[in-house]
Amino acid sequence: MFKILKYSFYDLIRSRWSYVYFLFYLLLGFVLLFLNNDVSKAIITLMNVIIILVPLISTIFGIMYFYNSKEFTELLLAQPVKRSSIFLGQYLGVAGSLTLSLVLGLGIPFVLYGLFKSDAIFDFSLLLVTGAFLTLIFTVLAFNIALSNENKIKGFGYAVLLWLFMAVIYDGLFLMSLIIFKEYPLDSFSLGATIFNPIDLSRTLILLKLDISALLGYTGAVFKKFFGTDQGLFVSIFMLILWTVLPIWRLVFVSKKKDF
Amino acid sequence: MMRYQGLLNFTFLLFVTANLWAKPIVICESCEVKSISEGIKLAVDFDTLLVKKGTYKEFNIIIDKPLTLIGEDYPIIDGEKKGEIIRIVSDGVTVDGFFIINVGTSYTTDYAAIRVVKSENFLIQNVVLEKLFFGIYLEKSNHGKVYHNKIIGDAKDEYNSGNGIQLWYSHYVEVSNNIVQGARDGIYLEFSDNITIDNNKSTGNLRYGLHFMFSDDDVYTNNLFEDNGAGVAVMFSKGIIMKGNTFRKNWGTASFGVLLKEINDAEISDNTFEENTIGINIEGSNRIDYKGNNFINNGWGIKVLGACYANSFIGNNFMYNSFDISYDGKLNDNVFDGNYWSDYTGYDLDKDGIGDVPYRPVKLFSYIVNKTPESIVLLRSLFMDIIDFSEKVSPVFTPDNLLDANPLMTKVE
Repeated sequence: MFKILKYSFYDLIRSRWSYVYFLFYLLLGFVLLFLNNDVSKAIITLMNVIIILVPLISTIFGIMYFYNSKEFTELLLAQPVKRSSIFLGQYLGVAGSLTLSLVLGLGIPFVLYGLFKSDAIFDFSLLLVTGAFLTLIFTVLAFNIALSNENKIKGFGYAVLLWLFMAVIYDGLFLMSLIIFKEYPLDSFSLGATIFNPIDLSRTLILLKLDISALLGYTGAVFKKFFGTDQGLFVSIFMLILWTVLPIWRLVFVSKKKDF
Repeated sequence: MMRYQGLLNFTFLLFVTANLWAKPIVICESCEVKSISEGIKLAVDFDTLLVKKGTYKEFNIIIDKPLTLIGEDYPIIDGEKKGEIIRIVSDGVTVDGFFIINVGTSYTTDYAAIRVVKSENFLIQNVVLEKLFFGIYLEKSNHGKVYHNKIIGDAKDEYNSGNGIQLWYSHYVEVSNNIVQGARDGIYLEFSDNITIDNNKSTGNLRYGLHFMFSDDDVYTNNLFEDNGAGVAVMFSKGIIMKGNTFRKNWGTASFGVLLKEINDAEISDNTFEENTIGINIEGSNRIDYKGNNFINNGWGIKVLGACYANSFIGNNFMYNSFDISYDGKLNDNVFDGNYWSDYTGYDLDKDGIGDVPYRPVKLFSYIVNKTPESIVLLRSLFMDIIDFSEKVSPVFTPDNLLDANPLMTKVE
């Protein structure tokens, strides 16, 4: 598995797209800091970018890579290698290189601008951890879609739809149901609904740090317990791990049975 | 017997001469006068009582003459939780430099460490209070000064704790440079006009840092209110001036930097509201000038509920609040002009420091959150940004005349 991981990883590291992605974040980080000159303000803007762009890029990159390396995958399948290690290796290669681009691309400008001296370091690391999780989650979701759809166009469509659903439509439906059922106690429901969408989940995780004063404005014991204590942080991180592990498990499971 | 009589007369004479020379009555554990009450009994008007270092287990000390009580090296007056400790019932009393502990707790009487009743020209300074019920309680007393005291309470429940400094029907009093912590309300005023509250620190109190009702023409300057259970509440008063105060870290569902209710003709300027759930909550307050205030990192910068007319918000900084302004209805009679908004995205082509496009501070999302509070979890989501943007382009739910026509490009210093 590690051989395949290494192979995929180096292949991607050398590819143009990784550099573009890396340079994009590098530029974004520098521009944000140059315009704001304030690390905490830049983190808020960055959060908006991360929770929207990272899933989009991971999804598209993941699905493209899977379809492009299909022939290579079939070649590997003919060898005496375990199926799970082929797919896991490829997945970790893609996700790893994307995460590396993200962390380095954003990390370098912030470190240069004196992150270590600023008290925003915790917020920033949280942001990077969240970004890394989103990369892992959306890449594996894309791999799952690609594995289940032989048709490239269809797979691509599903992947983009998945992103659109998670990033925008889900919140719309969520808000509509909140407004329609506003006569009922909804705090458990709204927290539950947040947990079932990794993008919302990451957003909440960051809000816990940035907008805690607003979140505590709502009267509700469940909210208060979730946002007011460390429970929120732990539950969110646990759910993000679950969101990563379950699709990986499905990837392994399906790839074992699939007839290529 | 006669000899003793003579001695007594002599002592008496000595006392009188001493008084004529204005020599202070010295009180200490090994002196002739061993307790403060005794000293007060012996003293005549305008005497000075010098209390030496030591522990005095006394309560119900009644000061009924114009005296000056000075503590040397903070002598401890221990009330042993038996009741009130010092009660001032005379004009012109000064209490300076004591460490007073263990005020009695009662559910029927408001025991205080120092209570001033119907007296004028009092001065209470350099007093440290601990383990208290009520701290300094001024009752129908005017023209006094409460200066540089430190009040450290350990209030746990609202029903069996008292206020740090309480003024009731007292006018023209100056309360300055005090530190109040862990009381029920830090500073509490009721029916007290023309009061000056300056440079106090009221932190970590159970309910309000500052709480006043029916108190007109008061001036609040350079105070710090931090981490209080419900922030600061001011109600039913006229002609208030609040200047240069700092309101910080008041978090919670019913917690405000400042809660204004039925406050008219006031001036609120150069204050800083930082990291509060709600910076200012306004209800039924008219003709207030908000000028040069900083609203930084609050959940809501200003939350306007019903019946607020003819207020003006000019030259304030609104920075990084989750919501700058929130309105309940569609009606607006308040003026927003020349403020700095960190969320402003317009441009300034003629370079005069004023943005060329008006700024709309009320987001549709804040309107939705008012209707369905649970939707707060959708804060900063892409979907919300999209609908906020569409509302900004054509206002439907928020008051359409609510805008800042001259938003500043850089913040007000």
